[in-house]
Amino acid sequence: MHHVLMDRWSQGSSPLHSRDPRAKILALLVFLIVLATTAPDAFPALAIDALVLVAGILIAGLPPGSLLLRAMAVLPFSLTFGLISWLAGDRLRAMGLVEKSYLSTVAVLLIVGTTPLPLLLSGLEALGVPRLLVLVAQFLYRYLFVVSEQAQHLRLAGACRQGTESRWRLGFRAGAGALAVLFARSYYRAEGIHRAMMARAFSGKFALLRRLQFGMADGLFTVVISAFLIVVRIQ
Amino acid sequence: MTPLIEVRDLFYQYEDGTKALDGVNFTLNAGETVVVFGANGSGKTTFVLHLNGILRGQGSVTVCGMQVNKDTLARVRSKVGMVFQDSDEQLFMPTVLEDVAFGPLNQGLPPDEAIGTAKTALEQAGMQHVLGKAPYHLSAGEKRRVALAGVLAMQPEILVLDEPTTFLDPPAQRNLLDLLASLPQAKLIVTHHTRFAAALATRAVFFEKGKLVADGPVDEIVQRFNWIYPALDAADLRYSAQRRF
Repeated sequence: MHHVLMDRWSQGSSPLHSRDPRAKILALLVFLIVLATTAPDAFPALAIDALVLVAGILIAGLPPGSLLLRAMAVLPFSLTFGLISWLAGDRLRAMGLVEKSYLSTVAVLLIVGTTPLPLLLSGLEALGVPRLLVLVAQFLYRYLFVVSEQAQHLRLAGACRQGTESRWRLGFRAGAGALAVLFARSYYRAEGIHRAMMARAFSGKFALLRRLQFGMADGLFTVVISAFLIVVRIQ
Repeated sequence: MTPLIEVRDLFYQYEDGTKALDGVNFTLNAGETVVVFGANGSGKTTFVLHLNGILRGQGSVTVCGMQVNKDTLARVRSKVGMVFQDSDEQLFMPTVLEDVAFGPLNQGLPPDEAIGTAKTALEQAGMQHVLGKAPYHLSAGEKRRVALAGVLAMQPEILVLDEPTTFLDPPAQRNLLDLLASLPQAKLIVTHHTRFAAALATRAVFFEKGKLVADGPVDEIVQRFNWIYPALDAADLRYSAQRRF
C-alpha cells in the first residue's frame, strides 16, 4: 500500500531515527531558515545543503530514489509560480522558487520519514506549538490515509469497469464524479475511525508508549548540524 | 440482581429525519450473552452505539449502575468494549502493540503498564506473535482478533461485537467462536449468522424498524422470524422485503 510508506520508513532504527524529535525539528527549522535566506544563485551553498540532505537520507537508510521522487510532488506548484516569475523577467526568483521548494520538501520528508508521527507531533507540542494545531495535524494525517485508501479502492473499481472506451476520456469523466464520491466515502470512513477512537476512551491526545528524552547526543546533533548549515550560509 | 446494561424507552432520530430507534427497552445481565438479530437498517448498530455513549438519544441507558451522560462517559467506555464491524476502522495505529495499548494509555496507565496490559490482551486473543507488525499486514481474521485484543486490554465488563463474522472465512469464524466462548465478559453480539449466534448465546432479541419486537431463546427467535439462510425461498424473500425500510 502506497499511503503507508512514510509510516513504514519512520519505524527504522538508524542514528537519525533514534534522535529525539525535538532535535530533528530544530535542525529542520535551521535548515529551512538558512535555505530561505540563501541567494538563488549561491549554487555552492545550495549544493552543500542538498548534500546534507542526501547524507541524511543515506544515514537513515531511506531509499533515495523513492524519497526524491516523492518530493517532486511540490514541483507542479513551484514550477507554476516559477514560470510566472520567469515570464515576468525575474529569472533568479524563478530558479530560487523551484530549488528552495524542492529542497525544503526533501528536508521535511526526511524528518517525517525518520520520525513516527505521534512522536513528531509530541515534539512539536513540547516545543510550544499550540495543542489545537497539533491535534488538527494528527487528524489530518490519519484522515489523509483514509482518503488515499478510498481513492485507491475507487480507482480499482473504475479500472475494473473501464471497458473499451478511451482511457483518458473515460478517466477524466469518471474521475470528476468519483471525486465527490471519494469525499463522501472518506467522510463516513473517517467517522467510523473517530467512533472507534472514542470507544477506546480517546480524549483528544495521542498518548505515547515512549517518553521523549532529549539526551546529550540529541543536543550535539542539533548544534553540529545547525552550526554547519549557518557556516555554509555565511561563507 | 442489577443488570449490567439497562435501556429504557430509548428513541433516536438521525439528522435526515430517519427514526432509527423507537422506544427500545432492553437489559443485559452479568455473564449473559445476547444476540441481536434484525434486517439491515433495523436499528441494531444504532442501538449498540448508544451503549457506550457514542450516540445519545432520548431515554435512559444505564451501564453498571451508571447513567450514560457526559460526566460518566469515560467510565462507561471503560466498562463497555466495542468491537466494530470493520476492523480496519478500529486499527489505526502504526503497529499492533501501539494499537492495543491505545485504550490503556487513554485510561491513564503509564507506558510500561500499558505495554504489559496490551501484551496480556494479545496473548488472550492468541496474537502475541504479531505485536511488532503493522495492522494492515494482517489477515482479516488476525485483524479481528487484534481489534478484540484492543478492547480486552481495557478490561471491560461487557463486550459488544457488531457483525464479528464479517470478512472471516469458516476457520477464522470457528477460531473467533472459541475465543469469544472462553471470555468471561457479558456479551452483546449483532450478527446475521444464526449458527454462530446459537453456539454462543441462549438469548436473542429482534429489531424491526427501530423497535425491539422480540426477546427470547435464540432458537425460538430464529424460528419465529425464519431468520436462517437455507430458508430463503421466494416466500421468505417477500417477507424480508416487506420488513426492510
